[in-house]
Amino acid sequence: MNYIDPHIHMISRVTDDYQRMAYSGCVALSEPAFWAGFDRGSAEGFRDYFHHLTEVEPKRAAQFNIRHYSWLCINAKEAENVKLSREVIAVIPEYLQNPNVLGIGEIGLNKNTRNEATVFQEHVDLAMKTNELILIHTPHLEDKYMGTRMIIDMLKNDKRVKPERVLIDHVEEHTVRLALDGGFWCAMTLYPTTKCSPQRAVDILEMVGTDRIMANSAGDWGKSDPLAVPEMIQEMKRRGHSESSIRRIVYENPLTFWRQCARWQDWPGAEKETSRRRGKPLAV
Amino acid sequence: MNPLPAPKALDSFFLEARAKLLDVAAILDRIGRGKDAGGTGDDPRLERIRKALEVLHDQSGGRAERIQQIFSREYDSKWERPQPR
Repeated sequence: MNYIDPHIHMISRVTDDYQRMAYSGCVALSEPAFWAGFDRGSAEGFRDYFHHLTEVEPKRAAQFNIRHYSWLCINAKEAENVKLSREVIAVIPEYLQNPNVLGIGEIGLNKNTRNEATVFQEHVDLAMKTNELILIHTPHLEDKYMGTRMIIDMLKNDKRVKPERVLIDHVEEHTVRLALDGGFWCAMTLYPTTKCSPQRAVDILEMVGTDRIMANSAGDWGKSDPLAVPEMIQEMKRRGHSESSIRRIVYENPLTFWRQCARWQDWPGAEKETSRRRGKPLAV
Repeated sequence: MNPLPAPKALDSFFLEARAKLLDVAAILDRIGRGKDAGGTGDDPRLERIRKALEVLHDQSGGRAERIQQIFSREYDSKWERPQPR
């Protein structure tokens, strides 16, 4: 089955991972800007990073017929440095006209500090001024519930924000309904120990359904699995869920969200294929 | 999306549940076996684990969500929000 991984950090993966993802049916992915494992010293370092995201990785992915998209920002961890964050936010518009850029992300909170909230709001300001989609990182572990509530407070406080143009990522059992009830899209991250297992992700789908929700691996430089989405597909099959439900989660929902990007160009045949499959159950 | 019938779910996941319970039991034994185990008695993380284990006894559902809440910091709705510009 073809699938999309809507959140994976390929900059920290080897080329063999692209190959294995292609073998497993991955046809597209999106890569949000994130923490490199160390705090960068200047906005110039982010220029190089944005060049890598918008020029280098799409070419590496294309060798395996995988479409590569990206999201730009300074991540929540480095956002504690407000001065650097403002310099990076000023650079972002230079890269927004790249056809593979989907919007602003992954912005959010890390330790739920005042500085992180300030920089989050300034990213939202930029997205509203430039009509961009937003991809949001929610904090890890004990900070997740509080951070998700704070993020939704800020989004609801900004009357310019259209929830259907925002995706709240890394939702789990205690935050998924906060995102969906607010009218936002959301994603579950299939990541060892600190986030959601493929089994729990399918439990969540059984509880909340298939509207405005997707799944990703968030594969990065930590111990993580770039084939986590196919593992979730297997779990859904194991429990007898229909091909159409699976396809909606791993292919149609990411595409539907991405298509709202003003620069979006549909793949040859993709729109026709998606609408045909929406109309009736699949026979794969 | 309908969940599996309960007997089928039990068949499918019994061994997985057994293995994970053994893992938790072994982790608690490991902590208890270690040097200065007494010093961890009032560690709030162990208290949270004890509370989470109590949730497992409860038959009323939503256990995963309730355990997530036990391991979550409290949200204050009066926090000072930055304003849009």
